[in-house]
Amino acid sequence: MNTQTPMIDVRQIRKAYGVHEVLKGIDLSVNKGKIVSIIGPSGSGKSTLLRSINMLEDVSSGEIWLDGKQVNRPLKGRQFENHINHIRQEMGMVFQQFNLFPHLTVLQNIMIGPIRLRKLNRAEALDRAQTLLSKVGLSDKGNAYPARLSGGQKQRVAIARALAMQPKVMLFDEATSALDPELVEEVNQVMKQLAAEHMTMLIVTHEMRFAAEVSDQVIFMDGGVVIEQGAPKDVLSNPVEERTRAFLRKHLSH
Amino acid sequence: MDIELIRQILPFLAQASVLTIGLTVCSLAIGLVVAVTITIASFSRMRAARWAAAAYVSIMRGTPLLVQLFLVYFGGPQMGLELTPFLAGVVTMGFNIGAYMSEGMKGAVLAVDRGQNEASRSLGFGRFDTMRLFILPQAAPLMIRSLGVNTVILCKSTALVSTIGVVELTYSAQRFVTSTFKPFEVFACAGAAYLIIVAAISLIVHALERAVDHGRKAAL
Repeated sequence: MNTQTPMIDVRQIRKAYGVHEVLKGIDLSVNKGKIVSIIGPSGSGKSTLLRSINMLEDVSSGEIWLDGKQVNRPLKGRQFENHINHIRQEMGMVFQQFNLFPHLTVLQNIMIGPIRLRKLNRAEALDRAQTLLSKVGLSDKGNAYPARLSGGQKQRVAIARALAMQPKVMLFDEATSALDPELVEEVNQVMKQLAAEHMTMLIVTHEMRFAAEVSDQVIFMDGGVVIEQGAPKDVLSNPVEERTRAFLRKHLSH
Repeated sequence: MDIELIRQILPFLAQASVLTIGLTVCSLAIGLVVAVTITIASFSRMRAARWAAAAYVSIMRGTPLLVQLFLVYFGGPQMGLELTPFLAGVVTMGFNIGAYMSEGMKGAVLAVDRGQNEASRSLGFGRFDTMRLFILPQAAPLMIRSLGVNTVILCKSTALVSTIGVVELTYSAQRFVTSTFKPFEVFACAGAAYLIIVAAISLIVHALERAVDHGRKAAL
């Protein structure tokens, strides 16, 4: 039934810090246009898993594939550098702490990747950046420096910066966890909009309601393994595994 | 207090100050090259390069500058390295201050948030571009501050080359003492001359800091 190549395909990845294994053989695949959310307690390895996919963390074993190309090819030195730099351009990453470049304006933050890496000229890059800024509702902030923005605005710029590279997938690493509660919604709105446009997304989150709303599939991780996965209504409303239930009970009681 | 004496020796001390400034500038030039090299080596992926950089810094910081100076100037000829006092001074001080400066540069780079590196790498920028476009511009103000401190130290260290016969400010002052027997006036003047040079260095450093401080601009 599944003949298409998955956009993201993770096979049996393991990662250990010394003797402590944080990923114990994870399998995961995300098809084109699908949205998969990863939930789980802190320390479950969900962020590490996400960061492994674009090799911000390297893995001990296993394979990571993006749209039919292996991400963690066994290359050495400069060859690996070139390979990973190219493949990362295909994956947009959004961080919990935004990580905007504070010495650049909002527009410069968004344009620098397309200009330097995608070889767009300034006019094209500016055009693309302005389109994205209006999409995230920040057309008037183009010339501001990040220090002048609220957390929610920063994160929306960070999303625009990642989108400007026109990636095949977007990876969200707890994109709203560092935000004040009243700023979460504006970022969620942008993510929902991307979902409606069928962007392939892998989202690490602890917002169960948001996960239920946008995801095609939810994965519950604990202790470096996938405990349970499936449609959000199954995993979140009717979990089979006791650990999933315990986690959800604790989380929903807050 | 012999005011007349001070008036007489001031022009000579001013002249000697020029040599002190020359020593500082030349040592600084060598020091910067050394510091950049050591800093690059200490961020290298090659373990041997990192090790060599660390060893270099420990040796340079772990031995007195005066001993290094004597080693180069007096010990050099024995090893086939014959340098004029000025050159021996400049080379030794340059290589010495370079070790301290590299520590400041390294610290400034490490002070930039890790997330900046991750954001750049996740966009697809390589290590070199990441350093050049994102890390260094943010590290620059901090770097300049520590380079400034080290330049001040360097300027005052040039007094040590008086011991190998470079007639800079301190040596020049000593000569006046032997001819006038008025050490208080003479050394007070010499001290004042150093103070003026150091003040000038501080002014330049402040101007540079302002010129590169993107953080301040961003916070406006």
